[in-house]
Amino acid sequence: MFAYLVKRLLQAIAVMLAISLIAFAIQGNLGDPLRELLGQSVSEEVRQQLREDLGLNDPFLVQYWRFLGSALQGDLGTSYFFKEPALEVILKKLPATMELVFGATIIIIGLSVPLGIYTAIRPNSILSRAIMAISIIGISIPVFLTAILMIYFFSVELGWMPSFGRGETVHIIGSWDTNFLTVDGWAHIIMPSIALSSIMLPMFIRLIRAEMMEVMQSEYVRFARAKGIAPGRIYFVHALKNTLLPVITVGGVQIGTMVAYTILTETVFSWPGMGSMFLEAVNRVDTPLIVAYLIVVGFIFVVTNTIVDLIYGLVNPTVKLARMGA
Amino acid sequence: MTLLSVRDLTVKFGTRGTPVTALHGISFDVARGERVGVVGESGAGKSITGFALMNLLSRPGYIDSGEILFEGKDVTKMSDREIRRLRGNRMAMIFQDPMVTLNPVLTIGQQMIETLRAHRRLSYDDARQISLVKLKEVYIPSPEARLDQYPHELSGGMRQRIVIAIALLLDPQLIIADEPTTALDVTIQADIMELLLEMCRSNMVGLMLITHDLGVVSQVTERTLVMYAGRIIESGKTRAIINDPQHPYTQGLINALPQQTPPGTRLRQIPGSMPTLSTMPPGCPFNPRCELATDVCRARMPEITQFGEVQVACHEVKRLHAELAELEGAQ
Ligand SMILES: Nc1ncnc2c1ncn2[C@@H]1O[C@H](COP(=O)(O)OP(=O)(O)OP(=O)(O)O)[C@@H](O)[C@H]1O
Ligand SMILES: [Mg+2]
Repeated sequence: MFAYLVKRLLQAIAVMLAISLIAFAIQGNLGDPLRELLGQSVSEEVRQQLREDLGLNDPFLVQYWRFLGSALQGDLGTSYFFKEPALEVILKKLPATMELVFGATIIIIGLSVPLGIYTAIRPNSILSRAIMAISIIGISIPVFLTAILMIYFFSVELGWMPSFGRGETVHIIGSWDTNFLTVDGWAHIIMPSIALSSIMLPMFIRLIRAEMMEVMQSEYVRFARAKGIAPGRIYFVHALKNTLLPVITVGGVQIGTMVAYTILTETVFSWPGMGSMFLEAVNRVDTPLIVAYLIVVGFIFVVTNTIVDLIYGLVNPTVKLARMGA
Repeated sequence: MTLLSVRDLTVKFGTRGTPVTALHGISFDVARGERVGVVGESGAGKSITGFALMNLLSRPGYIDSGEILFEGKDVTKMSDREIRRLRGNRMAMIFQDPMVTLNPVLTIGQQMIETLRAHRRLSYDDARQISLVKLKEVYIPSPEARLDQYPHELSGGMRQRIVIAIALLLDPQLIIADEPTTALDVTIQADIMELLLEMCRSNMVGLMLITHDLGVVSQVTERTLVMYAGRIIESGKTRAIINDPQHPYTQGLINALPQQTPPGTRLRQIPGSMPTLSTMPPGCPFNPRCELATDVCRARMPEITQFGEVQVACHEVKRLHAELAELEGAQ
C-alpha cells in the first residue's frame, strides 16, 4: 500500500514538472515582459540593464529553475492587468468554476449510470433507441452551441431561466461563495452545468452501456445465471461493479478535461470563474496569469487522476494483490 | 428411474435471414444417479446441448422444438421464475475454465452464500456454515480463510474445486460438467475428475460429462452419447461403445486414441473435418469422411436403430446387421 502510494505520488510530481516546463516555455514566447513593465519610452541601455537585473539573459534552464523555486513557494508571478499575484487572482475565481464542474459531474454520474445500465439490458426497447439517438446528437453538438441554444430557448424565448452570472450566492469561507444554498443560485447554475455536461454525459452513457453489455456476455455472468441468481442481483451485484471499474479510470481523466471545457461554458454564460478569466487573460496577453492558469489546471488534473487511481485500487480486489507485491 | 428425458430437441441459431440448426432433434435419457458421457469433435453441439438443458443458450440460440423433461416437468415450457428455481438447485453446471467462471469482484463466500440464499430461506450465518462444509467436502485447505478471498488469489485447480462445491451446494439431482478439466494443468486434471466422480457417487447425483477425452469417459461414465454435427449418432453402455464401437465415426474416434496406436507410428486421425452448420451435406453428415459411404448415405439421414446394447444411426451398420441376421436365419 505504502509503496503504491509513493509510486503514484512520484508519477504525479513528474507530470507536474512537465506541465510547469511547458507553461514556462510558453511564457518566454508570449510577448516581452519589459514592454508590460516599462512601456515604450525607455532607452535601450536601461532595458538591457533591467534584463540583466531580472535575469532574463540567463540560460533557459537557470530561469526555469528560478521559476520553479518561486512556484513552489506559491509565487506564480504578478498579473499585469490586476497587479496582484496571479495565483491569488485564480484562487478567487476557482470556487465558481469548481461548483460548475461539480454540478456537471453530478448530472453526469446521476444520469449516465442508470441510463447506461438501462440501454445495456434493454437494448431493443424504444426508449433505449431514443436515448442512443439523442446521445449521438449530444456528442456531435459543440458545447458553446448547446449553451447558446439553451439561452435562446429558455432565457430569451420562454424567459424561464437566467442567462448569465451566478445570481445570488452565499458566502462560505475564504473566497468560496456557493450557488447551492439559494433558489436563485440553483436557477443560475443549472443551464451552465447542463451545457458543460452535454458532451461527457452521452459519452458516459455509451461507455457504460458498452462495458455493461460486454460484462453481461461474460462467463461469470452466465455462471451466475446457472446458479439461479435473480436478474436484478445479476445486473446490480455481478455486472455493475465490473462495468464501473474501467469507467472510473476514464471518468477521472474526463473530469480533468471538463475543467478545460469550462472556458467555453463560462464565457457564453458570463460565469465569473477562472475559465472566462483565462480567455480575458489571453486577450490582454496577461502572460503570468495565463501561465498560472495552466499550472493550476494541470494541478487539478493530476490531483483528480491520482485520487481516481487510488479509489480504483480500493474498489478493485485484483489491484490489492499487485499493490502488496509492489 | 428416469431423471431427465430429452425428446427431439432442436436448437437453432437465429442469425439474420434463415436460422441455422445446431441440434437436429436429439433424444436421450439420464437415470437418477447415472453418469453419462457426451463425446464428439469440436463443434459437434455438446456444449449447446448442455446449455439447452438449463435453457441458458445465449443469443441468438434458441430451442426450436422438442421436450426436456426434468423430474417429469418440461423445461422448455417453464416460466423464467420456475426455471430459475431449477438452476443451481436441482440442476447445476460446471464450466470449462475456472479462471473466468467466478466473478472477480466478489469473494468466494459471497458467491457461495448468494447461491444458497437464492433457493432457500437461510440466514447469512447458516449459509456461510453450509458453504464451509461444502468447501471441506471438496478438500479445500483452510476453508474458513478461503471464504473471504477473491478468485484471483486462488489457483485454477482450487477454483475448479470451488466451482464443484458451488454446484453441490443445494444437493442437485443432475450436474452438467462441460469439459471441467480441459483448462487445468495436466498434473491436476485427474485429481479434479476423481473428485467429481467421488462427489457424484457419494451423493447419488446424475452427471452429464461433456468431454473430448474417451479415456475419462470410460473411467467415469456408465453410458455414452457420441455426437456428430448436431446429432447423436451412437449411444449406449460406455463399455459397449468403447470395446465394440459400431458407427464408423465412433470407430474412428477410438482408433485415433494414442493407446490404440503402436508406439512410433502416427496417430490415426479421421481424415477431413466436421461440416459447419451452414455447409451441412445432404444425407448422413459423416458421409464425406466415411470410407463406407454409399449413395444411400449421401441421400438420406439414417434413423437411429437399436442393436443389442447400443443405438446407432448408420445405414451401413444397419445393412451389416441385417445381413448377419439373414446368415444366422439361413443356418
Ligand atoms: N452464438 C452462436 N452463433 C452461431 N453458431 C453458434 C453459436 N454458438 C455455437 N455455435 C455453433 O454451434 C455448433 C455447436 O457448438 P458447441 O459449442 O456445442 O460445440 P462443442 O461440441 O461444445 O465443441 P467444443 O468441443 O469445441 O466445445 C458449432 O458449430 C458452433 O459453431
Ligand atoms: Mg463445448
